[in-house]
Amino acid sequence: MNVFLQQTINGVALGATYAVFAVGFTLLFGVLNVLNLAQGSILMVGAFAGLELTLALHWPLLPSFLAAMAIAGGIALLSELLVFGPLARRGANRWMGLVASLALSRLLIAIVQEVFGTQVRRFPPAPWTGHVWQFGAVRVQSLQVVVIVAAVVLMAVLAYVLRRTRVGLAIRTMAFRPSVAQLVGVPVARLRLLTYFLTGALAGAAGVQLGVLYDAVSPFMGENILLKGLSALILGGLGHVPGAAIGGLVLGLTEVYSVAYLQSSLRDAVAFGAIFLVLVCRPSGLFGTATRQRA
Amino acid sequence: MLPIKKHLLALGVLGLAISTVLTIPAAAAAEVVKIGLVQTTTGGSAALYGIEQKNAIQLVVDEANASGKLGDLKLELIHYDDGADRNQTVNIFQRLIAQDKVSAILGPTLATSAYAADPLAQKAGIPVVASSNTAAGLTTRLGDYIFRVSPPEDNVTPNVLKTVIGRYGVKRAAQIYGIDDQLTKSAYGVQKKALEDNGIPIVATETFQRGDVDFAAQLTKIKAQNPDLIVIGALAEEAAGIVRQARQLGISQKVVFVGTQSAISTKFFELGGAGAEGVIVGTAWFAELDNPVSKAFIANYASRYKHPPDIYSAYGHDAASLLVEAIRRARSGDSKRIRAELVGIRNYPGVLGPIGFDANRDPTVQPKILVGRNGRFVPFEAK
Repeated sequence: MNVFLQQTINGVALGATYAVFAVGFTLLFGVLNVLNLAQGSILMVGAFAGLELTLALHWPLLPSFLAAMAIAGGIALLSELLVFGPLARRGANRWMGLVASLALSRLLIAIVQEVFGTQVRRFPPAPWTGHVWQFGAVRVQSLQVVVIVAAVVLMAVLAYVLRRTRVGLAIRTMAFRPSVAQLVGVPVARLRLLTYFLTGALAGAAGVQLGVLYDAVSPFMGENILLKGLSALILGGLGHVPGAAIGGLVLGLTEVYSVAYLQSSLRDAVAFGAIFLVLVCRPSGLFGTATRQRA
Repeated sequence: MLPIKKHLLALGVLGLAISTVLTIPAAAAAEVVKIGLVQTTTGGSAALYGIEQKNAIQLVVDEANASGKLGDLKLELIHYDDGADRNQTVNIFQRLIAQDKVSAILGPTLATSAYAADPLAQKAGIPVVASSNTAAGLTTRLGDYIFRVSPPEDNVTPNVLKTVIGRYGVKRAAQIYGIDDQLTKSAYGVQKKALEDNGIPIVATETFQRGDVDFAAQLTKIKAQNPDLIVIGALAEEAAGIVRQARQLGISQKVVFVGTQSAISTKFFELGGAGAEGVIVGTAWFAELDNPVSKAFIANYASRYKHPPDIYSAYGHDAASLLVEAIRRARSGDSKRIRAELVGIRNYPGVLGPIGFDANRDPTVQPKILVGRNGRFVPFEAK
């Protein structure tokens, strides 16, 4: 039982990072119908931004975290301004956008690799990061708590913005149908930028979370997580925001439980196999409806 | 960043032009022996090892050229970075053999790459001297032109585990290793056999994949089995993550960790933090080794590269030294003759101590046992 609880905590912490990442991913898809494969690299840039601010400028973790979100959000916003926006305006096929996002992803990796090198780096240990609460034989690390709480707060803020504010209403209208949004006077171009910013900021947050939790910031960290995020997003139903959050959590737990109760070499096989199974039984994902519900 | 690079490039071209003009009379007399240098300088853990080896090899070759001990032979190193991608290593070997027409090759960095690319050199009759391939049985599997100075895991690990088991009275062991890397898989096999030979039950065997950062699930599972020894088959970055997360998960300080030679890197302590303390590894070299060749090497290396050498620099040094010695004895760049001379070298004074090759073209050096203390590896006292 103790081992089960311990593994559950491990899985929830991992799943929380997947969830934050997947929510940003799915938001972009749900609102703008864009699958941005550079999302993993934007996460990586966020992690590096957070790392540099704590290492070089000695910022505490919280401001670094927020600044990293802003920087990653800014990169995503720029990608809309410079790449996806112009492509869409010229009426490019949506597959062009997909390929462009892949190219952008490699570009970001190459730049970070050139500037910071390829070695894995870690966040500096702070006095509170090593703290552990012991409940019987179960250990909860302060970092795990921080990562889980940060994920919950981010989700709550996002849910509030989407459900309770005028901006959220506008975003949801745009997700429903851009032409309708235009008709009722929603500034679509600006909202597109805002949506990109939000998704980038969520990726940046997930980057710093992963970075502090596992002490492994590297230019290639986005590639693994991209696949995980994509899976969580599909698991939850394309464009379904709460679904992506739950999908991330389920994926994290599935990974950990498959190590715990099957074999560690089956980790990815079980996790991705489970997704396959879900899709075969429910092609629209766990929470998606036949007519796609968006944002 | 970019403009500076451009300037450097321009300067380099200019310098090259000048030096070509200046050295034509001298070069006319000298026969140039080309040596391929295949070391990973970008791409994760492997670059940690590759850069050090490349530095040391460059040092040895420059010294050999300057010393005049090679007579009218002049050595030229041709370096390519394979980015830890074995397909790239194969391309590089093809290029070195067919286009650059090298006499010998130093490298590659990873055993996985060696398995992919070395057969090309073997087929072409080009001797290869590796300085960081430690997978068991590598040279015998690949052929009689393949040499290495890095002692294979099966030469080092059994003794390390035997010593640790005796010293700490180990009763139960667990293993964790990377399943998608030749070296770590090979290390796992050797470790498993050594544990079994000592009659130690293996209570848990866990795996991970290259690039994994979360080991909590595996370690929680291992912890539940209460081992008193955890044997790690991983490269430096993953090994650091494993020991750090193990301590965070509350695996007791009394549990001993044994790693592979790959853990010997300053990065291991930087990433592993307090978790890296007390980790035990076997190796052929450490900085405090009482050996004049080693001491001179440390001084020269540090003055040129502004940081102290590590185990991989030491391996690189001896690989290059043995190759240079073979070329000196062969008095030519003929690959066949160089290979014949390599086979015959015995007790050459290397950084690792007296070194040569055995019948399997593995190095003849005495392995040592080290333990992590205060951010570096020091000799382990087996009481």
